[in-house]
Parts: sequence; structure tokens; C-alpha cells
Amino acid sequence: MANIGSYEERIKNFDWSVSEKELGYKPGDILNIGWYCSDRICQQGKADKIALHWEGLGGAEKHFTYNDIRRASNTIAAFLQSLGHASGDRICLFMDRVPELYIGVLGILKMGGIGQPLYSAFGDESLYVRLENAETSAIITQRKHALKVRKILDKLPHLKHIIIVDHDGKSPLRDREVAFSLEKAAPVEDFGSYPTTSESPSLLHYTSGTTGQPKGVKHVHYSLISQYLTAKWVLDIREDDIFWCTADPGWVTGTSYGIIGPWSLGVTQCVLDGGFSAQAWYKFIEKYRISNWYSAPTAIRSLMKAGDEIIKNFDLSSLRNLASVGEPLNSEAVVWSEKVFGKAFLDTYFQTETGSIMITNFPGMKIKPGSMGKPFPGITATILDPKTYEPYSETGKIGLIAIRPGWPAMMRTYWNNEETYQKKFKNGWYMTGDRASIDKEGYFWFVGRDDDIINTGGHLVSPFEVESALIEHPAVAESAVVSKPDPINMEVVKAFVALKPGFTASADLDLEIMNFIRKKLSPLAMPQAIEFVEQLPKTRSGKIMRRILKAKEWGEEIGDTSTLEND
Amino acid sequence: MDELKDVLLKYVNAEYVEEGGDPVGYDTPLISGGIVDSFSMVSLKRFLENQYKISIPDDQATPEAFDSVDKIAVLVRRFTKA
Repeated sequence: MANIGSYEERIKNFDWSVSEKELGYKPGDILNIGWYCSDRICQQGKADKIALHWEGLGGAEKHFTYNDIRRASNTIAAFLQSLGHASGDRICLFMDRVPELYIGVLGILKMGGIGQPLYSAFGDESLYVRLENAETSAIITQRKHALKVRKILDKLPHLKHIIIVDHDGKSPLRDREVAFSLEKAAPVEDFGSYPTTSESPSLLHYTSGTTGQPKGVKHVHYSLISQYLTAKWVLDIREDDIFWCTADPGWVTGTSYGIIGPWSLGVTQCVLDGGFSAQAWYKFIEKYRISNWYSAPTAIRSLMKAGDEIIKNFDLSSLRNLASVGEPLNSEAVVWSEKVFGKAFLDTYFQTETGSIMITNFPGMKIKPGSMGKPFPGITATILDPKTYEPYSETGKIGLIAIRPGWPAMMRTYWNNEETYQKKFKNGWYMTGDRASIDKEGYFWFVGRDDDIINTGGHLVSPFEVESALIEHPAVAESAVVSKPDPINMEVVKAFVALKPGFTASADLDLEIMNFIRKKLSPLAMPQAIEFVEQLPKTRSGKIMRRILKAKEWGEEIGDTSTLEND
Repeated sequence: MDELKDVLLKYVNAEYVEEGGDPVGYDTPLISGGIVDSFSMVSLKRFLENQYKISIPDDQATPEAFDSVDKIAVLVRRFTKA
């Protein structure tokens, strides 16, 4: 029997106090996620249980018990305080998937700071806008990534410290840089966690916006209530399970279910810090006898591409519960996983803003391949008519996915951008920006975004951000960025570029522009295709009509072109 | 001295390693080592195609084939000889 038991029974009279009681939390109590995920587990008698099996490059391995992560997070918290950082300070984590990243999140939370994890492949411009917006006071990073910070340091007056976790002493530290080694630092046995409460800010995750710069999604410590229960009921994590979430903590899945979910449940989790390889992934599952695996459609499709034969070389019989997140999981991938692993990947749906799983397929539930599943207990989700913002009274109609606010992990605002936050609500519903329909049995079926945001490999990319960066290239006069279908990543970035006089389209220029964006923003934002054009389609008022370009890429009807210039 | 490998090594270090960072060698794992991710592989493939006037089919542009300068050189030689 799965942890959730009967879905139908669970949704009757559901109350989040179920989770509060299991966690021993009472409204008004001190609530600190850092403490709940380490000290509390040790107090339950699991101090010697493995919390983290970590593998890195060249076969490096590290293993941490719950007592180890308790003490190590104390040590990081105390170090931050010794530098003068205090509660409410934004502390960025800009690292590969090294243990300091996972334990560092707990350390920041323990000292009352606000963790700001950022994807380590971000280029210096992407990094700058996020640090500048959050007025980040410290960044914890590695030597190789500190090089990017150095480039933008002069523009970041609020950034007091760059904490380098792997300083080897070979080159001198520069302005504002300090070295910290988790292995060499004197361990701090006792640290009084900052008395945060349910509404104290915990994490700041940045997400792309359609028309503006990235938005900092503010979460609070009370998110634990949702993350604990969804990890237990959806990912079906049990006491003796070995859990692997493949997401990077630079994205919300990597903190909600790569740190908080499993560690608040006191289970062993695994992290593989390295690039993708089917061989390496299967070997990792076999070696650690992973039972619960939470991954992404892009990774699953890449595994499909690697073929079925390779799977026969590994013993993957430990796998018990498979789940997927980030973008819709196509039915072929569900059917494939049933064939090769004997289990279907359960598709789950949530967003940076929602903080925890909203709509999902549950263990034990009838799976309709390609469907998003049903709302988690306590979540009221519906499909709104895009014209009236009222729920459709009939099933089968495509509209906007909306959720009634009030679950514990819901974002509390966008950092320094309350106005945009308020615009996310219509008629008392939180608007996800995604479109779907509901069938007669209550299953949701994803259709696509309701805006121009590009979902590539489960990561959102703003066309605005890419276009703004493109025009900084000396050859680019103007550009329009849209999504393009892709068999592995669902969508990839495509740029239409009009060149300045004196520049000629060529394969070398194409590559130069790709690399320009990759280094400035990130590999995700790099256009995988560039089409040089004489001019872009515009309205008579001069606004670029991305809609027309996107429709062409997707083979869809172009629609109304009455406002098109030169039409 | 292997001119092809030297060109590839120079390009990878210039484009995928941050200035001042530890340079990669001929056998440094690029993909499995997290230096070049799956998205960046597209630009590396484009470079090879531009530089050597070849076309590498997607099914042969695998993470394994791109995992080091040594392996990329083998791939390029296969297409330049064809």
C-alpha cells in the first residue's frame, strides 16, 4: 500500500494539520527548516543514519550521516554569522551539486538568512541581475564560478563576501573573497537555530518573466508543511528508501524535493554531481540501490534515446517509485518506462511559485499516460475561461490552470515586485500561466503556456531576457526569440535576427552569437537555431509579433494579421 | 604533435572554461565532467561542422562521443575521411 492510501479518502475533509501533526509543529511555534531537516531527525534517534551519498567527478565519494549534516550546517551558519551576516540577509549559493550546496541551504536557514540558490551554469549577466535585485550580501561558491563573480563585483555594492569553498591557496584571494573549507573548519557542535516562524522568509528562487527581468519568488519556512507531505504521498518516500532527485537546487525542485522533502522525512538521499550519461545514471541507481527516483522528461527522453539494451547491463530491481517533473511527460515515455523498468513514471506538476506539487499522478492511482493527474489533497485547481476568468462548467474545454491560494508552500510575493505578484491573481485564483483541460474523470491534460515563456528541458527561459542580451552583440540590430519544438527538450530557443548594416549572415556569425548568449546568460538561453532575416514582423505601432514567428515554428495557424505592418 | 587535437583543445579552453580557470586536457571528461552540458554541446557541434566542413548526424553527436577532446578528434576524423 502506498503512503497516500486511498486518494478518494484523503481528499475528504483534508486539512494541512495532518502534516503539522506528523512534524510535531503547532501554529505559532518556532519553525526553522534547517533544524527540522537535521537536528530534529537526530533527536528521533537517526543521527547515525546516512543522510547523503554524494558522488562527484573522477569517482569522488562522500557520505554524510544526519549528525554530520546537523554539525556541518551548524558550522556554515556560525561561519556566516562570524562574517557579520544576520537574519534576513540574502545569501546566494552558486555551486555545482557539491555537498556544501545542500548542507549550505540548511546552514543559511539555521542562521535566519534567506537562501538564494542559483544555477551554476548562469553567465555573468544572469548572475548580476539576480544578485542586484536581491541585494545579496554574500555568495557561497567554488573557485571556477568565483571568476564570474569577479567580473561583476564592481556593480554589486551590497555583496560583502564571496565565500570560496574549495580555495587551494595557489592563487591569492581577491577583494571581498574569503575561504571556507567544510572539512577543515572547526565543527560547531551546538548552534541555536534562529527562531524563525511560519512566515519568516526562507528561500528566494528566481524565475523568468515574460516582459521584465527575472522575478525573485519569496518562500517562507511554512512551505515545509507542503513539501514534507507531498514528498511522502506523491514520491512515496518511506523510512528505508533510498531517494534520488536529479534536479539541481538552483531550481525549485532541487530544494523542495532535493533537500527539504527527503531530509524532513529523515531518509537517505543520493546526489550525482556530473553531466548526463545513461551509463553513469544506471550505474548510480544500481550502486546505491535507489528505490525512489524523481527526474525530468528531458532526462527520461535522453535515456530512451540511449536505448533499451544498455539497461540489461544493470540491476535496477531496487526501483519502486518513479516520478517526473518540469514539463509534460509524453505518453511514449510513460509507456517506455513501464516496459523497461516495470513501472510508469508518475508525472507531477508544480511551479517555482507554488513551491510544492499541485497536480499529480499518485502511486496506486489509475494512470492515463500523458495526463497531469489530479490535484493534491487540499489543492483546489480548476480551468478558467480566458475571457471571464470564471471556471468552466463543462469538462474538456481548454483554458487557464488556476489554483485557489492558501496552501503552505505558496510564494508570498516577488522580491521587490509586489505589483507583479498581485497581477498573478484573478477572481481569487492564482493564475499559473499554463493551459490545460479536465476530463470527465477529473484528470488534467496539459496543453502549453499561455504566454511567450519558453520551457526548455523543464527550465523557463524569458524571450525578453534573450532578446535584451542579443542586441548587445555588435552585429545585431534587433531580434525576436521564440520556442521551437525539440524531441528531447520539448522546446528550445530560436532567435530571428536582423543584422546591422555592414554585417553579413554566416555560419561563423551564427556560432559567435550562440556563444555570446551562452556565456552571457546561460546554456539554456542559448539559441539552438538562429535565422537571419531582413526584417521582423511588426505591428503598425512597431511591436514585434513573436506570435507569427512562433506559429510558423510549430506549424500552427498564424491567425489574425490585420495589425501587421506592410501587410 | 596532433594539429586537430590542438585546435580542439584551444577552442574548448577558450569557449567553455572561464578565463583564469583550470584548463582542460585532451582526456578531461567534458560532458560527464560537467564542463560542457547537453545544451552547450549544440554550439560545440556547430563549431566542428563549421571548422571542418562536415555534418554530424544527431544520432552520432552523443554525450559519449563528445566527452573529451580525444574522443571528439576521433569523431571528426571519421567524418573528414568519409
